[in-house]
Amino acid sequence: MSDLTAPRRSASRESLASRSAVMALMFILAVYFLLPVYFLIVAATKPQGDLAATNGLAFSHFNLFGNLHTLFTRSDGIFLKWAMNSVIYAVLGAGVGTLISAMCGYALAKFSFRGREFLFSVVLGGVLVPTTALALPLFLLFSSTGLVNTYWAVFLPSIVSPFGVYLARIFAAAAVPEELLESARLDGAGEFRTFFSVSSRLMAPSLVTIFLFQFVAIWNNFFLPMVMLQKESLFPVTLGLFEWNGQTARAPLLQESVITGSLVSIVPVIVVFVLLQRFWRTGLAAGSLK
Amino acid sequence: MTDTETRAERVVAAPDVPRPRRRRPGGGPRAGTIAAFVTPFFLPFVLFYLVPVGYALWQSFRVVRRTGGQYGTSYTTFGGFHQYGQVLQNSEFWSSIGRIGLFGVVQVPVMLFVALIMALLLDTPLLKAKAFFRISAFMPYAVPGVIAAIMWSYLYSPQLSPVVDLLGHLGLHPDFLGPSAVLWSTANVSTWLWTGYNMLIMFSALQAIPQELYEAAKLDGASNWAIAWRIKVPIIAPSIVLTTVFSIIGTLQLYAEPAVLRQISSNISSTFTPNMLAYAVASGNNYQQAAAISVVIALITFVLSFGFMRLTSKRAGL
Repeated sequence: MSDLTAPRRSASRESLASRSAVMALMFILAVYFLLPVYFLIVAATKPQGDLAATNGLAFSHFNLFGNLHTLFTRSDGIFLKWAMNSVIYAVLGAGVGTLISAMCGYALAKFSFRGREFLFSVVLGGVLVPTTALALPLFLLFSSTGLVNTYWAVFLPSIVSPFGVYLARIFAAAAVPEELLESARLDGAGEFRTFFSVSSRLMAPSLVTIFLFQFVAIWNNFFLPMVMLQKESLFPVTLGLFEWNGQTARAPLLQESVITGSLVSIVPVIVVFVLLQRFWRTGLAAGSLK
Repeated sequence: MTDTETRAERVVAAPDVPRPRRRRPGGGPRAGTIAAFVTPFFLPFVLFYLVPVGYALWQSFRVVRRTGGQYGTSYTTFGGFHQYGQVLQNSEFWSSIGRIGLFGVVQVPVMLFVALIMALLLDTPLLKAKAFFRISAFMPYAVPGVIAAIMWSYLYSPQLSPVVDLLGHLGLHPDFLGPSAVLWSTANVSTWLWTGYNMLIMFSALQAIPQELYEAAKLDGASNWAIAWRIKVPIIAPSIVLTTVFSIIGTLQLYAEPAVLRQISSNISSTFTPNMLAYAVASGNNYQQAAAISVVIALITFVLSFGFMRLTSKRAGL
């Protein structure tokens, strides 16, 4: 009630006080989010000896290139191998995953058939199943088929993304008009041809969104490769850095490589992130419509 | 009348106009085509999602027995609820559940509250440089949990951390890796990783609200504060419920972050979280017990997330 009867506060006075408070709060939060990355950048430029000896937030001797050289030559260049593995798992996994999610989501949105709603609710149930819960039983299944400790052990489970199907269904329903499919059918075009030459183009921006979500999920995955892989040459970068980090107590010189390696592995993804951020927002908006 | 007419027409027309064989009545594609679209997803989905779930369930009802004494050959057989009995009697299981429960009860509300405040502020005209704040908060989502935990572990470490140095100058000597603090240090890594992601889900929902909804309230002199809490928050409630459910699921699955902090802190045991316990048990080759632990974790996750959704939808009167 008081809101309705009170005289309207002067707009400028309200905004000056609240503007500064809001900016201050957001600034503190931004520092919180950026601090660890800033620390990592600073630490990656320092020689090992300066890590403990100098202030962690200030630059000292610039040794980034020396650190990079050590990182990429350590253990016969195993770090580059790990980085390549991560790229293979994430790019190929998300590529194949996006294709099969798009086809399935498109069929669920555009074709009417018996059992469609049932299939979709199974997919929705799959969204809620955490992938970590699947890793141990998958290990047992794969170990009886000889897949453990191969690329396939990490790659195959990674291509399945129920969330991708969910997004594809929403996007296909919104982006592909019914009349277009009807006229393509009247022209005698097969469903596959229509999908690959017309519908997939209309869905292209949303396919980028689906790809990005799956790419990050695979890139960040740790539990599945840890359960599946013993052979170092198959490790993704997360698992490799975890192993190195565990050895720093015995081999303190590894510390600098863990730091530089962490920086090298997050910078490309962060850059892609910032450049493609509009695709994230469409995906998150669709995700919240549930 | 028209009904019988059309029926009659159809009877007459049927022999003349041959029904297209390969098309379904709605003009849609035939079953084989539909299968070709959905099978590439559902085949791996069944193999790598459903079969493991079924396999874990099956394993959890089995026990290992030996024929004749300690040196006899081992075999597995049906054991009823034996494994579940073991899980429920396992004090390490209960302490990991208690730990993660405490973690979730504090971390999830704090994280979602910060995310909500940020989303609301980004949706007001009060703020400048919105893109910068939005991106800096969302950026940690691009960082793998392992690497986030490695970065923070350097900020926690008494030898290397500039934060510890800074607090030391102020006369404070926190031990981020101490027995009581280490749980909250882990919670901080999760908060750092996921606040921006949740914020963006809520922010996207806010952006979808038509501006006209606020116009009337503004004309009535409602403050930004009142508009935020009485109009915006109730409208985006489904998004808040969704982020809560995802956070509950994520908390119960916690593994990577505590596993990294364990490398520098002796105060994190190998059975710190339920998932770490399941892995430790599986590493000891007791797969049936590990499967039962996984099933119990999944059941708890299911009950909590659906319970929460039911509770909130009832309260909202939906």
